[in-house]
Amino acid sequence: MNGSTTIHVTSLMIASSLVFVTLFFSYWQKLKLEKETIISVVRAVIQLVAVGYVLNFVFGYKNPAFTTLLLLFMTFNASYNAAKRGKAIKRGLLISFLSIAVGTLVTLFILILTGIIKYEPNQMIPIGGMIISNSMVALGLCYKQMTADFKNKRDEIETKLALGADILLSSKKIIRDAIKTGMLPTIDSAKTLGIVSLPGMMTGLILAGIPPIEAIKYQIMVTFMLLSTTAISSFISCYLAYHEFFNSRKQLVDRSEN
Amino acid sequence: MSLLEFTNVSFNNREEDILKGISVSINSGDFMSIMGPSGSGKSTFLRLCCHLISPTDGTLLFHGQPIDNFEPTDLRKKIAYCFQTPYLFGDRVRDNIEFPYIIRNLPVDDARVKALFSSFQMTTDYLEKEIKNLSGGEKQRIALIRSLLFTPEILLLDEVTSALDVANTAIVEHVVTSLHNEGTTILWITHNPEQGKRHANKVLTIKNGEIQALETIL
Ligand SMILES: Nc1ncnc2c1ncn2[C@@H]1O[C@H](COP(=O)(O)OP(=O)(O)OP(=O)(O)O)[C@@H](O)[C@H]1O
Ligand SMILES: [Mg+2]
Repeated sequence: MNGSTTIHVTSLMIASSLVFVTLFFSYWQKLKLEKETIISVVRAVIQLVAVGYVLNFVFGYKNPAFTTLLLLFMTFNASYNAAKRGKAIKRGLLISFLSIAVGTLVTLFILILTGIIKYEPNQMIPIGGMIISNSMVALGLCYKQMTADFKNKRDEIETKLALGADILLSSKKIIRDAIKTGMLPTIDSAKTLGIVSLPGMMTGLILAGIPPIEAIKYQIMVTFMLLSTTAISSFISCYLAYHEFFNSRKQLVDRSEN
Repeated sequence: MSLLEFTNVSFNNREEDILKGISVSINSGDFMSIMGPSGSGKSTFLRLCCHLISPTDGTLLFHGQPIDNFEPTDLRKKIAYCFQTPYLFGDRVRDNIEFPYIIRNLPVDDARVKALFSSFQMTTDYLEKEIKNLSGGEKQRIALIRSLLFTPEILLLDEVTSALDVANTAIVEHVVTSLHNEGTTILWITHNPEQGKRHANKVLTIKNGEIQALETIL
């Protein structure tokens, strides 16, 4: 990324007048969003400045153990957020951590093995961030779907249990639907890439002066890795999570518990 | 011999006691009718019998052993439960008929399927019918067939004839009594006192979650 694409701070200052457009509309249309707009803009600037300095520091700190620690920290945060979407799943945090970690590990391993990326913080952290946050969203959707299905389809599950089916066979359809629900947004966005949207990462590369033909290569890699991580983590989490809706006697846990 | 033995069994779901202090023994070969007002806990009693729920208090023995000693899926293959509102899954009747075979890893026994359909005065043409096009009575009979493909030791029937007309009720009663004659123990919830007494050797009346009466009919 060469100097010609560097944005000057003064230019940014002038660009900040765009915020006044928002404020003007809010005031004029009595949307009462002035306060929120100012707070969100100030927050965005502060957070990004902080992240910029942190990443600057992190990228300079080339210790692989440190990179790993950061990736684990990101995975933990993502798991915590995903688990909140399925409160009925008692070991949700553990299950999410495991599934995101395995999904991320496999994907990163393949990418490193093919030589596309190196285990260096300036590559690992942004790429890890992308796949971990994508998995987080997928798991959240899986849990939400699963919790709703285990609540609404009790008759179907208990009918199968009563016929002597094991809990896996009784839940198979629900597990499948949950995995699908988790993966669909990633698949859908892959379908419309370049037609409906130019993804943020590719836009960034192009703005920074990378030729579009090079930028799409990165986007293709990103699409592949998002798909694989989402598939792996949705699959693992759903096959672990369904157990939580049954007790040790293979009975559906009580309505009032979830 | 006592097949199912309830001793002081209670079931509560945190807020309220649904069944309290139930002591009753069901013997091999019994035909027990279960009666009682709506909401008294009859269905809950049957759900305990097939281990879809466990007592929160008291002991429940199956063949003289604590029910928890048995593998739940084995238990439920021996103790079939037909729901008050039958639930047919999948798209077609076939999905339901194949399910018991899938569970046991066995090929579908076409002769057995055919015989059961005809004992309910239906044909196997029904196999390809879509679930959403079936009447309530047809659904109930198919749910019964699904539970009877492998003859259970105990058959639990939860008001299975309440959606059926007189002719279909007679068909179901006929199948159930012949099963009973072949050795299956029957527990049947019914709101019809006359039906309750016609075939049964015991009538259990539940009220407000407690046993109000246990009559033996000679
Ligand atoms: N899983 C459950 N959660 C909460 N309440 C329940 C549950 N199962 C049953 N109940 C309550 O327990 C009571 C007994 O229910 P049950 O279904 O056993 O009655 P029933 O005798 O079969 O009634 P009906 O003749 O109307 O079928 C009812 O008040 C019902 O609302
Ligand atoms: Mg009932």
